[in-house]
Amino acid sequence: MKAAIVHFPGTNRERDMAIALRQASGQRPQMVWHRETELPQGLDLVVLPGGFSYGDYLRCGAMAAQSPVMGAVRDFAAKGGHVLGVCNGFQMLTEAGLLPGALLRNATLRFLAMDCTMKVERADTAYTRHFQPGQRFRATMAHGDGNYFADDATIERLEGANRVVFRYDDANLNGSRNAIAGICSENGRVLGLMPHPENCVDPLVGGEDGLPLFLSLAESFAEAG
Amino acid sequence: MDNAATPGEKHGMTALPLLDPARAAQLAAEFGLKPDEYERALGILGRTPTLTELGVFSVMWSEHCSYKSSRVWLRELPTKAPWVLVGPGENAGVIAIGEGLAAVFKMESHNHPSFIEPYNGAATGVGGILRDVFTMGARPIANLNALRFGDPALPRTRQILDGVVRGIGGYGNCVGVPTVGGEVNFHPAYNGNPLVNAMTVGILRADRIFTAAATGVGNPVVYVGSKTGRDGIHGATMSSTEFSADSEEKRPTVQIGDPFAEKLLIEACLELMATDAIVAIQDMGAAGLTSSSVEMAGKGGMGIELELDSVPQRETGMTAYEMMLSESQERMLMVLKPGREELAESIFHKWELDFAVIGRLTDTGRIVIRHKGVTEADILLAPLESEAPLYRRPTEETPKLPPLGEVADPLGLLPALEKLVASPDLCSRRWIWDQYDAQVGGQTSKRPGQADAAVVRVEESVDAGGKLAVALTTDTTPRYCQADPEEGGKQAVAEAWRNITATGALPRAITDNMNFGNPEKPRIMGQFAAAVRGMAAACNALDFPVVSGNVSLYNETEGRAILPTPAIGGVGVLEDVAKAVGLALPPACDLVLVGETRGHLGQSLWLREVAGREEGPPPPVDLQAERRNGDFVRGEILAGRIRACHDCADGGLLVTVAEMAMASGVGATLEAEGDHGFWFGEDQARYVLAVEDGAALLAAAEAAGVPARRLGRSGGGDLVVPGAGAISVAKLAAANEAALPALMQGV
Repeated sequence: MKAAIVHFPGTNRERDMAIALRQASGQRPQMVWHRETELPQGLDLVVLPGGFSYGDYLRCGAMAAQSPVMGAVRDFAAKGGHVLGVCNGFQMLTEAGLLPGALLRNATLRFLAMDCTMKVERADTAYTRHFQPGQRFRATMAHGDGNYFADDATIERLEGANRVVFRYDDANLNGSRNAIAGICSENGRVLGLMPHPENCVDPLVGGEDGLPLFLSLAESFAEAG
Repeated sequence: MDNAATPGEKHGMTALPLLDPARAAQLAAEFGLKPDEYERALGILGRTPTLTELGVFSVMWSEHCSYKSSRVWLRELPTKAPWVLVGPGENAGVIAIGEGLAAVFKMESHNHPSFIEPYNGAATGVGGILRDVFTMGARPIANLNALRFGDPALPRTRQILDGVVRGIGGYGNCVGVPTVGGEVNFHPAYNGNPLVNAMTVGILRADRIFTAAATGVGNPVVYVGSKTGRDGIHGATMSSTEFSADSEEKRPTVQIGDPFAEKLLIEACLELMATDAIVAIQDMGAAGLTSSSVEMAGKGGMGIELELDSVPQRETGMTAYEMMLSESQERMLMVLKPGREELAESIFHKWELDFAVIGRLTDTGRIVIRHKGVTEADILLAPLESEAPLYRRPTEETPKLPPLGEVADPLGLLPALEKLVASPDLCSRRWIWDQYDAQVGGQTSKRPGQADAAVVRVEESVDAGGKLAVALTTDTTPRYCQADPEEGGKQAVAEAWRNITATGALPRAITDNMNFGNPEKPRIMGQFAAAVRGMAAACNALDFPVVSGNVSLYNETEGRAILPTPAIGGVGVLEDVAKAVGLALPPACDLVLVGETRGHLGQSLWLREVAGREEGPPPPVDLQAERRNGDFVRGEILAGRIRACHDCADGGLLVTVAEMAMASGVGATLEAEGDHGFWFGEDQARYVLAVEDGAALLAAAEAAGVPARRLGRSGGGDLVVPGAGAISVAKLAAANEAALPALMQGV
C-alpha cells in the first residue's frame, strides 16, 4: 500500500496515523507538507489526519481546505483515488466540498474526549472489508466540533445511497443527525469519520478495535498493487 | 568601579535616560521592590536606574523569579542520583530512563492568573510548562495537572473549575499532547485562591539535551515564535503579592494563550534541534525577554546586547520597558552558532513563525539594551544573580495536634461508603477527563481512572523494538499538610512513589510545586520549612530525588492563606509496558491487603465527610514500611502474579476496594471484620491487590517480612461487608459518577 499523510500547520495525529498504517501494511506512509501542489506519484491512499489545523480559529478545516495541496487532493479524488479524512480531516473534506454536510459544535458545547462505540453500516468499501456488516467497534473520540449536520434532502440522499459508513451506537453525544459518525462519497472512495480508529490498533495502548479499518486498506491495496 | 561608568559614553550613544531619583524610588516600591532591595540595586548600578533597568531588577528579584524566600529551604532537598542527568536550575529536570533515552519534566503553577481569568490562566499555564520541556530538546508526550478549588457549593468555584478545565483542555488538546492524569481537591481555603499546577513530561535522547547556558562571543541571539505585545507586563510581580479585592483589575496582566502557535513552535524547535545550529535555548516565560536573556548570558558567564528595534512586535509604539517585561506567550530565545541563521530562519518560516536576530553575545558580562538609538539599560549581570536578595525568613512551627481519641460511627459502614464515594474529593473525575484528549500520540497505555498512575509508552523505544514506558502521577494531601506540614510533606512524596509502584513501575524522581501563603508570616514560612523537611526525608528514604520545581508563595486572599500544598509530580519507569497493571477488579480473584492497618481516622475524609470534623494528626508515614511494602508489591507485579493493584489513600480501605470494584463493575465478598477505623482509616503504605492465588501471595509476603492479610474474594455485582450487609457496585458507581456532573450542571 502506498499511502501519504498530508501535514497541515496544527495537525497533531499524523504520527498516530502513520503508526496505524504501518502496523497494518508494513509500509511507512509518506508525509506531504500542505504547501506542496502535487502529490507523490502512484499513491493508493491520501490521509487528512486529525488535529487543529490553523488552530481551528476559523471554522474547523476551513483554512486547511484552501491549502495549496488540496487542489492535488481534489484531483486525486476526482480520478477515483481513495481519500481518508479523520476528525479534523473529515472537517476538511466537508469544507473542501469532497463530502457533503458540515461538522458543527458538539451538542454538549464541550470537547468530547472518550471512547465511543460505532456500528459498521457498510462492509463493502476498501476501508471496511475486514469488518462484518453491523459489527460494533470501539474508537477514541476527541473533538469539539463533531456534530454532523446536513439538510433533510442531503441526509435522505446519503441514507438512500447507503453512504453512511459508521454510526454512533451507544450514545450520540455530539448530536450528529442520524447518529452519523462517518460518510463516504458516491463511489465509496472518499471517507470521512470523526472518531480515531488509529488510536485503537495495539492491545498495549488503546486496544485493537480500530485495526480492521487499516487491515482493510492494506488488503485492498495489496491486491491493487 | 566599572559599574559607575556611564555606558552611553563608551558606546558613543546618547546618555542613559535615567529616572529622577525620587521618582525611581517611588516606582521601585510600585514594582514590588522592598526599600533595602532597591538600595542594593542602586549599589550594583552605581547610579539611578532607567525605567527599563528598574523593570529588570524588579522582575528578576521578584519572588517568582528569584526564589528569595524559598531557596534556603529548598537546598535541603536531595537532587542527585545516578539516573539524574539534569537537576534543578535548568528549565526542567532530566532523568535517564534506559535505552539511551531520557525523560524531561517539571511542574509549574499558574494560580493567580487562573483566579483572575480561569480559561487563559490555566491555558497559558499548560503552554508555559510545555515550553520548559521542549526547550530542553524533548518532544512533550504527556501533560498532568494538580488542581485545588474552593467550596464546591459556591457558584464562583464552579465557574473557576469550568474555566480551568476548559483552558487546560483547550490548550493541551490543540497542541496534541495528551493530558493523562491529575488530581483535584476542594476546600474552602482555596475560595479566593485556586491552585492550577501543570506538569509536562517529554522524551529525548540522553545525549541530545539542550540547555540555557550561552557561549561564543559574537554569536547571534535569535528571537522566534509569536510577536511581542503588551500582555502580561509585570505578571511575575503580580504572582509575588497577596490578592486583594482589586485583583479583578489586574486582568490585563493575564496573558492569552495561542496553542496553535505553540504547536508550530514545538515542531519548528524540534526540527532545528535535529541540526547542530543551536548553542543555547531558553523559553520566554515569566518576565519574558528579561529573564530569558539574563539567564542565558548569566549561566554562560557572557554578556549580551539586545537591539529591541528588531523584536517582532504586535503593537505599535512599544517602549523598551514594555518589550523587556512583556509576557506574551509562545516565544523563545536562542543563541545560534555563527552562520546558521539562514538554516534556522528557513525552518521557522516554513512553520510560519517570526524569526529575528535581536542581539549578540559579548564578553563584557553586561546586559546592554538598545532601542531607537538609545541605551535603555546597561547592567552588570553577575551581581544581578549573586547579589539577588535571599531571605531566611522567621519560621514558626505548626503545633502538633492532640490525638483524635475515640470517634463514634454515626452512620454505619455502607451508608458512609455511599456518602464518601459521592463526596467532592472522592467522586469520579470523569466529567473533567472527558474534556481532555488522553489518547493523542497513540501511546497512552493507562489513562485516568484505569490505574494509580498514568502509563505512557515511549514511541522512540517502540521504534527501536523496545517496550519502555513511563508512569506518571501528581499527588499531595493538603489537609494532612495543614495539620502537620512535615508528615504531610513526607506523605505527598510517599503517595506519589506508591502510585507509581502500584502500576509496576520503578519510581525515579519528582518535580515539586510548592504552593503556600505569605512567606513573610512566620507560621507560613514554618509550614514551608517543615514540608521541605518531610519531603527531603521521604525523597532520601525512597531514592526519589527532586529534579525540578516551582514555588508559588503569597497564595492568600484578604489575609487568608490556602492549605499548604506541596504538589508532587512523580515519574517512574517500566521496562515493559505489557507488565503494567491497572486498578479495575477482575472476577474470581483473592483480595489481599499489603501493609498495616491501625485505624487512623485523624484528618481522614471519613472524619470530615461523615463525622463533620477536621481534626487530629494526619496518619504517620513510616518510610521504611513504605519502601519495604512497595518494593514487595512491585516485585509481585513484575513477576506477573498481580491482576490489579490500588493503593489505599483518601477514604481508606473500603473506598479503595470500592474504587477497584467500580472500575470494572465486579463486586467482592469481604471477609475481614473491622469497625469504621479499620475500613475508613487512612493508614499509609498500604495496597490492595487482586491475585489469583492469594495463599501464595500471603506466603511470599511473610517470607519478605511484609504485613499482608486476606480481605476476601472478587465476584458478583455486590460489595459484601461482614456485619454491614451488601451494596450493589452499580449503585455505588452511579453515585460516584453522578456527583460532579450534578455539581457542574448549568455552569
